Amino acid sequence: MNGSVSPTVATSQIDSTAILEVLKVGFRYGAKIALDDVSMTLNPGEFHALLGPNGAGKSTLFNLISRLYQVQNGEIRLQGQDLGQHGAKLLEDVGMVFQQSTLDLELSVAENLHYHGSLQGLSRKLCRQRMEEELARVEMSDRLSTKVRQLNGGHRRRVEIARALLHRPKLLLLDEATVGLDPEARKSINQHVRKLCREDGISVLWATHLIEEIDEQDPVTILFNGKVKAQGLSQAICSDSQCATLADAFEQLTQNNREGNRP
Amino acid sequence: MSRQSMVCAFNGILYRELLRFVYQRSRFFSALVRPLVWLIVFAAGFRAALGISIIEPYDTYITYEVYIAPGLVAMVLLFNAMQSSLSMVYDREMGSMRVLLMSPLPRGYLLVCKLLASAIVALPQVYGFLLVAWFFEVQPPWAGYLWVLPALILVAVLLGALGLFISSFIRQLENFAGVMNFVIFPTFFMSSALYPLWKMQEASEILYLLCSYNPFSYCVELIRHALYGRLNEEALLVVSGCTLVFSILAVIIFNPQRGFGKGGR
Repeated sequence: MNGSVSPTVATSQIDSTAILEVLKVGFRYGAKIALDDVSMTLNPGEFHALLGPNGAGKSTLFNLISRLYQVQNGEIRLQGQDLGQHGAKLLEDVGMVFQQSTLDLELSVAENLHYHGSLQGLSRKLCRQRMEEELARVEMSDRLSTKVRQLNGGHRRRVEIARALLHRPKLLLLDEATVGLDPEARKSINQHVRKLCREDGISVLWATHLIEEIDEQDPVTILFNGKVKAQGLSQAICSDSQCATLADAFEQLTQNNREGNRP
Repeated sequence: MSRQSMVCAFNGILYRELLRFVYQRSRFFSALVRPLVWLIVFAAGFRAALGISIIEPYDTYITYEVYIAPGLVAMVLLFNAMQSSLSMVYDREMGSMRVLLMSPLPRGYLLVCKLLASAIVALPQVYGFLLVAWFFEVQPPWAGYLWVLPALILVAVLLGALGLFISSFIRQLENFAGVMNFVIFPTFFMSSALYPLWKMQEASEILYLLCSYNPFSYCVELIRHALYGRLNEEALLVVSGCTLVFSILAVIIFNPQRGFGKGGR
């Protein structure tokens, strides 16, 4: 086995305090296996990085957690409740930023946010109030009536993060939220999200293929070809694999696999 | 989920559809031009070829333009429904569909809201067409414009549900040209939209049977009668029944995995 599992992250036991538990989840598109026996736990206020190259299965996992796809094998629990049994109701506590932008380009920022707010059952007044708060946090207050088409990539992302937080979720899922942005915009979004964890206690699952977005103290799950290759604090993964950096560790863990016993 | 949040969600979905409709004026005009070409060009050419006798719900001999106007109204609804239902599953709407499905409300409810909202957006297209048609001597009684409203909504929801059902069912119909050939044209031509069915019966008994089982024929007749202040009970029954059945089927069979599979792994 080449997976190193840190004792700080429980993987298979049901933990009632966890926000999100993924338990032995498997998923296939026809014959192609996308996820194989994937487990992970996310605790309140945690910034958990899901690291893997394109095609590793990150988006598939997100689509399962957000109920877009149905779980085929295993179980996903949100705040201790099984996603399969409790249905859409559990999404009340989930905010999501998708890999591809899901904003309506021809609508204004406010109109986009209002659409999401109404789907979450927020009254117009409450929605307006939250909209102003969340946009202020991402320094976009002056863009309420700007058409999304006129915003640059970084600003669109910020709007999407503000949107995902309108209904005050406990869990925020970000699927490659910084893809296609310049380094500065990437950094500022990463910092903003970390602040949400620290100050508001929101749990974040941050999918990325960019190692530089991960800090030493972050819990990390390395996903490769649909399998969990390593799990634990970034530091611990490095020391377990006797590598100086996470990049080296990642290289080593996925390299083994390429040489190893692929069917 | 409270009733309040359900109402809130419907309002949000409808508001968004209306905004998009207002912002996309070109869509409105192409939706208007299509039936007008049929009415002004096709009907004029065809007028001589086809004599219409006095049939329900008309009290007198009518011109061909008057005959096909309700069929063209149904065509406007058909195009609108197919466009919006297909885009729900396949193309650009993907993004907003994801936002829709992140709502904690039941998926079936959200889809029905969406169908209803796009039905309501089709109404200005229909009334726009009827307004122009008035100048081409398609002049139903004033009350008809009101009576036809519930019929339009019912038919639009049926066609939307049918579109959603078809699009989750048949993968090959990914582009709109395929839908034109295999769904819109057969549906439209094998109905009472362009010719009374007894004309069809003279030509071919099999085609006549196909036409008379086509739910779209009932859509057209429901609209035709309503526009002249009459209620065609049989059509109402068939259209309502089909609306119910296809809405339920469309919701059950709806599978977001199908649309997202390509890009989202």
